[in-house]
Amino acid sequence: MPRIVVDVMPKPEILDPQGKAIAASLPRLGFTSFHAARQGKRFELSVDGEVTEEILEQARDAAATVLSNPVIEDVVAITVVDDAAAAE
Amino acid sequence: MPRTTEFPFLVDTTLPTYPDSGVRVGVVTFPGTLDDRDAARAARLAGADVVPLWHADADLQDVDAVIIPGGFSYGDYLRAGAIARFAPLMDKIIDAANSAAKLPVLGICNGFQILTESHLLPGSMIKNDHLHFICRDQQLRVQNTSTAFTGLYEQDQVITVPLKNQDGQYVADEHTLDELEAENRVVFRYEGFNPNGSRRDIAGITNAAGNVVGLMPHPEHAVELGFGPDHTGRDGLFFFTSVIKHVLEAAK
Repeated sequence: MPRIVVDVMPKPEILDPQGKAIAASLPRLGFTSFHAARQGKRFELSVDGEVTEEILEQARDAAATVLSNPVIEDVVAITVVDDAAAAE
Repeated sequence: MPRTTEFPFLVDTTLPTYPDSGVRVGVVTFPGTLDDRDAARAARLAGADVVPLWHADADLQDVDAVIIPGGFSYGDYLRAGAIARFAPLMDKIIDAANSAAKLPVLGICNGFQILTESHLLPGSMIKNDHLHFICRDQQLRVQNTSTAFTGLYEQDQVITVPLKNQDGQYVADEHTLDELEAENRVVFRYEGFNPNGSRRDIAGITNAAGNVVGLMPHPEHAVELGFGPDHTGRDGLFFFTSVIKHVLEAAK
């Protein structure tokens, strides 16, 4: 069954407190190559059958109205992943 | 509320209230709301008839004002207030707040988060800048006394009420912040110490009409001797007496 994957990230101008904490912890664990980290969210919407343009439009609508808050977040990607096709 | 016996009010006549005002104040409960009982008690102490409202109902029961209390509606899943916003009762509250009748709506803590997610108030809340849950008695400066919930405060009065939250950092774009300040819609600012990194020390705001107010700190926890800051602080009571006065005057 295909899934629609929605990726949401905090807006670049919004200080991401969680990302900041992660960035601060990385060098303490020996991961010294990264000067910043940001944390976002990934949603997977499962679909029965084919992902039509109408279903994709619903996903875009849900991403903009529910899954993200446009005041603080951007929807950075909406992608269709078809597990069955990938396995062939 | 019939669920348990309530501790009786201590006799205290030093702060003016409106006993038996007949003003109906609805207090909303969502799954995960914590402070509905305290908000109801505060409104009752001020002299309101409290009407418990359930999030899944679509009937405002003819209330004169609504309080959306604090807590963790839907466990703060997705974002604080994000799921609660779509409750059937919220549609009614949003319509009534935007209607000509201008229903007074107060959002406290998680209630404030729900009001921003509902677009009744601009901006949003993100995690505290220091990443910790914080609980303290917080000083606030009252900057707007013309809202439905602040009429009995003095301009620039400094009040102390408890603050307790994880996602309390108020953010909005610079344009929105400028607009809020230009229109005198910043109702409360953190005084002395900004506890969460909120932009421009903003603790509470109102809509353009002044009938919708949201703030992160908890006035309902500072209304009664023995329970508020230093066991004596009752600075929060005026939220509830103010709205009763507002409703009574509007009815004249």
